[in-house]
Amino acid sequence: MESTISIKVEFSGGLELLFDNKRSHELALPAVVPLNNDTKKDVVVAEGQGKPADVAYLIAYLRDHLLQERAELFEEGGTVRPGILVLVNDTDWELEGEGEYALRDGDEIVFISTLHGG
Amino acid sequence: MPPRPCALCAKAKAMIKRPKTGQQICKDCFFYVFETEVHNTITEAKLFKPGDRVAIGASGGKDSTVLAYVMKALNERYNYGLNLFLLSIDEGITGYRDDSLETVKRNQQQYSMPLKILSYEELYGWTMDRIVSQVGRKNNCTFCGVFRRQALDRGAAMLSVDHIVTGHNADDIAETVLMNIMRGDIARLGRCTAICTQGEDTIRRSKPFKYAYEKEIVMYAYFKKLDYFSTECIYSPDAYRGHARVFLKDLEAVRPSAIIDIIHSGEAFEIKEEIKATQKVQQTCTRCGYMSSNALCKACTLLEGLERGMANAGITDRGTKQLRMQDAAGEASPTPDNLRTIPFFELKPTSTTMICLEPTP
Ligand SMILES: [Zn+2]
Ligand SMILES: [Zn+2]
Repeated sequence: MESTISIKVEFSGGLELLFDNKRSHELALPAVVPLNNDTKKDVVVAEGQGKPADVAYLIAYLRDHLLQERAELFEEGGTVRPGILVLVNDTDWELEGEGEYALRDGDEIVFISTLHGG
Repeated sequence: MPPRPCALCAKAKAMIKRPKTGQQICKDCFFYVFETEVHNTITEAKLFKPGDRVAIGASGGKDSTVLAYVMKALNERYNYGLNLFLLSIDEGITGYRDDSLETVKRNQQQYSMPLKILSYEELYGWTMDRIVSQVGRKNNCTFCGVFRRQALDRGAAMLSVDHIVTGHNADDIAETVLMNIMRGDIARLGRCTAICTQGEDTIRRSKPFKYAYEKEIVMYAYFKKLDYFSTECIYSPDAYRGHARVFLKDLEAVRPSAIIDIIHSGEAFEIKEEIKATQKVQQTCTRCGYMSSNALCKACTLLEGLERGMANAGITDRGTKQLRMQDAAGEASPTPDNLRTIPFFELKPTSTTMICLEPTP
């Protein structure tokens, strides 16, 4: 198994403003991550203490490493703030297990805010 | 997780879970049910009749962009026989409205609908940028709200339309219900859920997305790759609405039907006759001819405050009284006669005599 996976992340609906006004991001994530979603670069995952990188880990990773300001507008209690839609390869993440969806190399994850202007 | 088939066609892969029903459906079935529900809302409330001229209040945001797209599609599919227009209000907010108006101009091309833009500058002689520089950021939303409402009616009169449709969705309406409850504004509570409203002499306004969830509107825009603008107004400190919104989203996360449930609660509040009696009788503004509950309409009062450098006078009843007392004592200058006023409003009689039906709760 590869030690990292590459995924594409896209922000829209105004969320991109929290991420340096950049809509599209390419990321390399560790294939296996700690169960507690610790995103520190040098963290060592002990045998039996890891899980495949999932969307919950991705959310923590984005908050810790990519978010420029106001984390509370993106993440809340280990998931996205209510009012943010998530799509996994263009499918509503509610059909894909939400945070528990295990990421695969080449996946595309889209975050859309519904909270901005009508 | 293995891909699940669509609950409706059982063929394609399900791509969205509907918040209203929990149903898991494919993209094409989603488009179909979303559009059909809006069509049903329109026909059940008898919003239009053939030949109506209808303006879509277009801000360039997601709701009005999806509304314009869906109205055009339904008008063609079901032969409503409507003449559709885009109507945008330019509040004069640099870095916000100028950008969103570019989106509306693209929509005009994409949907081939005539577009009318009416600016605060043209109508009132003040942009929001200039108003904010005078009043600060505390009451600016009051000015903007009052000015926008009247501007929409006047823009609609210029287009001689019978009807304005706006992109207010189920989430917006539920939010307004909550705010009216929290403020104890019982009179507004029942009114705010009405799908269609009409003042004494203003143009009818309705909300075809009354039962459409925000999630579905955003998913629709995403799947259809519609071009919309999404930045918060740079002057929008409507903190109260913000809290109501977050509260509503939290409720929705626990139980998605909360939004429709709250709308139904709002509809179920019937205003008793004695409460109605205390609401002021509508008249026309003596200065600008717009409908008003006082001799002077709210927009004229606010504008006079701005012009006389007493911007906050128009905000409260007390401030307005002070203004009048100064007038009486001959203290304030210049006199209202030399001030910028709003052009006189005359509504051209339209052929429409149909009564707008409100849904029975
Ligand atoms: Zn289907
Ligand atoms: Zn007036």
